[in-house]
Amino acid sequence: MLATAVVALIGLTTPLAMQATPARRATESSRRSDRRMFRALCTSCPDTTDFAVRGALQQGGGAPPRDLPAAHAEVHALRVQGNVWMLVGGGGGNITVQAGDDGVLLVDTSLASLSDVVMAEIKKISSKPVNYIINTHVHADHVGGNETFGKASTDFLAPTQVQIIAHESVLNRMSAPTGRQPAFPAGSWPTDTYFTKQKEVFFNSEAIILLHQPAAHTDGDTIVFFRRSDVVSTGDIFQTTTFPFIDTERGGTINGIIAALNNILDITVPRDKQEGGTYVIPGHGRLCDEHDVLEYRDMLTIVRDRVQDGVKKGMTLAQVKASQPTLDYDARWGSNAGPQTTDQFLEKIFDELQATRK
Amino acid sequence: MRNVERVRTASLVLLMLAVCGRPAFAQMDFSGVWAPLFHEDQPERIPGPDIGDYAGLPITEAARTRALAWDASLLTLPEHQCKPHPSTYGFRGVGNLRMWSDQDPATQQLIKINTHIQWQEQHRDIWMDGRPHPPEYAPHTWQGFSTGRWEGDTLVVSTTHLKAGWMRRNGLALTDRATMEDRFYRHGDLLTHVYIISDPVYLSEPLVKTNGFRLALNGRIDPYPCESVVEVPRAKGEVPNHLPGTNHAAEEFAAKHEIPVEAALGGAETALPEFIQKMKTLKVPAQTPAAARPAR
Repeated sequence: MLATAVVALIGLTTPLAMQATPARRATESSRRSDRRMFRALCTSCPDTTDFAVRGALQQGGGAPPRDLPAAHAEVHALRVQGNVWMLVGGGGGNITVQAGDDGVLLVDTSLASLSDVVMAEIKKISSKPVNYIINTHVHADHVGGNETFGKASTDFLAPTQVQIIAHESVLNRMSAPTGRQPAFPAGSWPTDTYFTKQKEVFFNSEAIILLHQPAAHTDGDTIVFFRRSDVVSTGDIFQTTTFPFIDTERGGTINGIIAALNNILDITVPRDKQEGGTYVIPGHGRLCDEHDVLEYRDMLTIVRDRVQDGVKKGMTLAQVKASQPTLDYDARWGSNAGPQTTDQFLEKIFDELQATRK
Repeated sequence: MRNVERVRTASLVLLMLAVCGRPAFAQMDFSGVWAPLFHEDQPERIPGPDIGDYAGLPITEAARTRALAWDASLLTLPEHQCKPHPSTYGFRGVGNLRMWSDQDPATQQLIKINTHIQWQEQHRDIWMDGRPHPPEYAPHTWQGFSTGRWEGDTLVVSTTHLKAGWMRRNGLALTDRATMEDRFYRHGDLLTHVYIISDPVYLSEPLVKTNGFRLALNGRIDPYPCESVVEVPRAKGEVPNHLPGTNHAAEEFAAKHEIPVEAALGGAETALPEFIQKMKTLKVPAQTPAAARPAR
């Protein structure tokens, strides 16, 4: 009965997770559509409607994630292995929690409106304060809780400053020059950025490797490898719910996503018989291991190869769409509605491959 | 009045005993090593099915498209080399099957039934202690999460949380949304295993298969370690696949067996007797030298 209820709840929340992924094409019409969608969604938003959501919209940066009233949201904690847990549900992006004697480190903070629910789940894992936040990318369903969790602890016995780490592109997109409206409030901006291929952190007796993945889901993606716990947190480069959202507005590309998935496969090592070993926390969806990433990588590579073949033959976008290059995957990964339809997914791939052909 | 109460109470107790006590009397012991009997579907199970043979399987257009894109060279990639059969296929494979039970040492209650198939060490836990299936966000495995119950002497198993796997060794895939119910029947030294696979993506209706085993009193299970290696040097990220329209395996299979291509391409209709009449109206492709039957 309980399991049925949980499954039903997840079933209800999955479409919201899909909606929570920002999406758009670089056209004025889609911007207008986004604004209409935003207004429609906000009729059900709490009074403290996500500043980040508004900011992202004002920046012309994708459809807003649907921010549920926290009272209706449920977030579940799943122990992965070592020091790492996964928080999932509520319509936001997944959160990775690393906890130990030193304190708590979060990879992503989900939607702002989920912060209370998320905090309650974190408190079940550890009574220590949050010391670090690592953002995998800029989208509001992954950085929405930054402001709440980024506040310094005022505990008299253990005062802490929270470091928010991200690739510098994330800061550039969240902030704005003086006098202009930033996409996100200053309290949620990264406090420590990097622009190199990787950055290292040592926390809770564990080496944590941040690896920048250029031009993938966005231009500021980071995958986070917990070396001792043997867990990788991927952000939205990998998810188990839909085709990946290619945020072309923010520098995302299909070839970058495939390259990043190949990089994840380089890190992951199965325990035995292509199962277990390194666990992978996707941006949305269930807990995975290498084989799940492999299936996703194979699927995207095959779809990319088919579109590439059409481009090489001089086919038009309409002809490529008519050839149904995602037919075998649509029922599992596709979408006819929401922030990125399968048609839009194909258009982005076609545009990119067409552009690189010239 | 008091007698009525007593009769009512006694009836309730009897009813509860009848309901709760039934599984204890119905359990069948499947313990032992079982050798697979290959007379059923031998061509599929030993040499393996022809590439392009999807006949008689209730596959969807999506499954067919994916199978036609499948290139066996995919299995040369290191990440694909050590995959075991998923439980949706393993009982069709080669190698002995061992089954045994785990009981709670204090109560002797049945906790789980184990199945272990030799090839790639496919080990499966069938939980019999009433535990629920995990939530949707839990990881998926090759064998899935299985719970069992008794229907008379039949062990009925329900499996979820399967990895994306396959229904046949020639590119016919199953998604991670597939589920399975399987049934184990014992008749003396013979074991009949039936599995009923559902997949909302790649099957238009449940796929049912049966597998026979004979008890092997001298049976053994050897270890099956697997280490992946680079078999074919390739560019990073290369995924062997057939582009649309370039795979003629179904035509070759049809020509080889002198059946229409429509039959080779499968679908629920091709499993029905009525399809034999339809086949007579369809064109059989001519054999090409590549598809010609090998000389005997």
